[in-house]
Amino acid sequence: MEKFTTVTGIALPLRRSNVDTDQIIPAVYLKRVTKTGFDDALFAAWRQDPDFVLNQPAYRGARVLVAGADFGTGSSREHAVWALRDYGFDVVLSPRFGDIFRGNSGKQGLLAGQITEADAQLLWDEIEADPGIELTVDLVARTARVGDLTIPFLIDDYTRWRLLEGLDDIGLTLRDEARISEFESHREPWRPRTLPVKQVNQ
Amino acid sequence: MTDATFTGTRPRTLAEKVWDKHLVAKGEDGTPDLIYIDLHLVHEVTSPQAFDGLRLAGRPVRRPDLTIATEDHNTPTLAIDRPIADPTSRTQIETLRRNCEEFGIRLHSLGDIEQGIVHVVGPQLGLTQPGITVVCGDSHTSTHGAFGAMALGIGTSEVEHVMATQTLPLQPFKTMAITVDGTLRPGVTAKDIILAVIAKIGTGGGQGYVLEYRGSAIRDLSMEGRMTICNMSIEAGARAGMVAPDATTYAYLKGRAHAPSGQDWDDAVAYWDTLPTDDGAVFDAEVVLDADSLEPFVTWGTNPGQGVSLSETVPDPAGIVDANERAAAERALDYMDLTAGTPMKEIRVDTVFLGSCTNSRVEDLRAAAEIVKGHSLADGVRMLVVPGSARVRIEAEAEGLDKVFTDFGAEWRFAGCSMCLGMNPDQLAPGERCASTSNRNFEGRQGKGGRTHLVSPLVAAATAIRGTLSSPWDLIQDGDN
Repeated sequence: MEKFTTVTGIALPLRRSNVDTDQIIPAVYLKRVTKTGFDDALFAAWRQDPDFVLNQPAYRGARVLVAGADFGTGSSREHAVWALRDYGFDVVLSPRFGDIFRGNSGKQGLLAGQITEADAQLLWDEIEADPGIELTVDLVARTARVGDLTIPFLIDDYTRWRLLEGLDDIGLTLRDEARISEFESHREPWRPRTLPVKQVNQ
Repeated sequence: MTDATFTGTRPRTLAEKVWDKHLVAKGEDGTPDLIYIDLHLVHEVTSPQAFDGLRLAGRPVRRPDLTIATEDHNTPTLAIDRPIADPTSRTQIETLRRNCEEFGIRLHSLGDIEQGIVHVVGPQLGLTQPGITVVCGDSHTSTHGAFGAMALGIGTSEVEHVMATQTLPLQPFKTMAITVDGTLRPGVTAKDIILAVIAKIGTGGGQGYVLEYRGSAIRDLSMEGRMTICNMSIEAGARAGMVAPDATTYAYLKGRAHAPSGQDWDDAVAYWDTLPTDDGAVFDAEVVLDADSLEPFVTWGTNPGQGVSLSETVPDPAGIVDANERAAAERALDYMDLTAGTPMKEIRVDTVFLGSCTNSRVEDLRAAAEIVKGHSLADGVRMLVVPGSARVRIEAEAEGLDKVFTDFGAEWRFAGCSMCLGMNPDQLAPGERCASTSNRNFEGRQGKGGRTHLVSPLVAAATAIRGTLSSPWDLIQDGDN
């Protein structure tokens, strides 16, 4: 994963609470073979409504989702995170998250920042007053800034550290990259290789 | 592996030696060891999300030269020159092809001479070698342990991890010796050994262990037989199964496309010779089986541990003390539509399947062909013969085995996983009963409502002749031979 320090992008106000993962991505889209290509599946049912906030041109290309409480509850499907990432979101701010969703987010580089109910309201008002306004999320300072408004958000220290360092489970292993390379430098030449292709040996 | 560190001078098991050799970083305070992976085998089903993970993170495959892919689970075994009919299967195959192209992975596609079941392809290319670590997103990766490799089945997240780092964080395993001494009687094979082992220790008996198969009966087996045994280690719940390399292993490997040659061969052999478990090494557990008394073995239930000798009857659940096992047995008999006390040999089948990563190598086909030659298929029975790889198919045809099978009345198919699992067109109809050389008799495994009896290739062949579960011994009694 890329190191996550600050993100500046269009903020999208989702004035709904209890957005469960079935709403984020309906089950019919889980048959796919990919972790990508889910952008059309994001909020698929709600997007049938032309007035749904995601369909409004001002919010096209949004990177920060500001949602109501209990975002990402229900089914454990990691597809919900993949769909949000695919669509282009780097951050979701909400007063409360489903536990599993929050865990899944950390593995895929999606920042799930917890804000107060009052601050969610302030952010929505600020964003809707100027649709398409950019919001800056600063993970180092743990703040979200839009216009003259700066609000704090919470994220656990371990997840924050992994995001700041750009580490997923693979990233953590790659911290030992030098040791892997060192190990490789001692590998015997007779150990099998798939390339180049050989037809017959001798 | 109860001891966290295996280096030093104390006697070590085969598994411990391979582990030690691949230790990149020792885990501390309960964190796992980081183990280097020598060979990564890839197929279409468990890889797409892993490739996508790399793409999302902008990572390459670290060692394409230690990675190889083939198409097997979804592939049809008829009309392979035509587009795959099922769109979801076709999509998975096409996805693998695109991914391999993009990430520089060697791929053996449908129609290629090296295409086939991933666990047949690795050994036949000489890529599977003693003392290496092998992983694949498939539980039957344990097959490769037959060469004295440590071979682990892994999940898709781990597939991605290996692609990106060529390592896996792993907690150490315990070791179990499965000692099989004595001499198998004619008509009794490696498949019967492993079915008997699983019936003895149960489907969870190997949990947390790497099994090492030892003893004179194992030493006497061909590489194909050893692969059959290691293949089904996972059905005993084990993480892996291994057999120490020996002259049989070296003879199988020598001259294969990717086996070492020249000085490399000598160097490799010098290392491989150090691998067998040291005298005095301690296993965490040991199980003993007598090869002399072993008979052809078949399953009656819906897990691979529910098996008996072919000469026995369907067991009575009432005689099972453990309540959970009793309930499982009752449910299994109900699903299998069997009555306690029925002689196994009176069970009539509709289908015989000779194939799968357990028993689809040329030796398996040869053994079955030897039995069916000159006979005709029992009325009302269909038999599918599915070589494990395109190369196995060609080798078999060069020996005329295809002709033997088709003259007999069997269908001669193209390579793939076929009827082992219901992912491709080869499936049982609801209620159909099959004698299958595959590895899993789970409910619906071979098709919704299908009923599976796991058997050896010899039992499959004799059953195809007689129409009821049979072994070559029954043919002798019939006066056929």
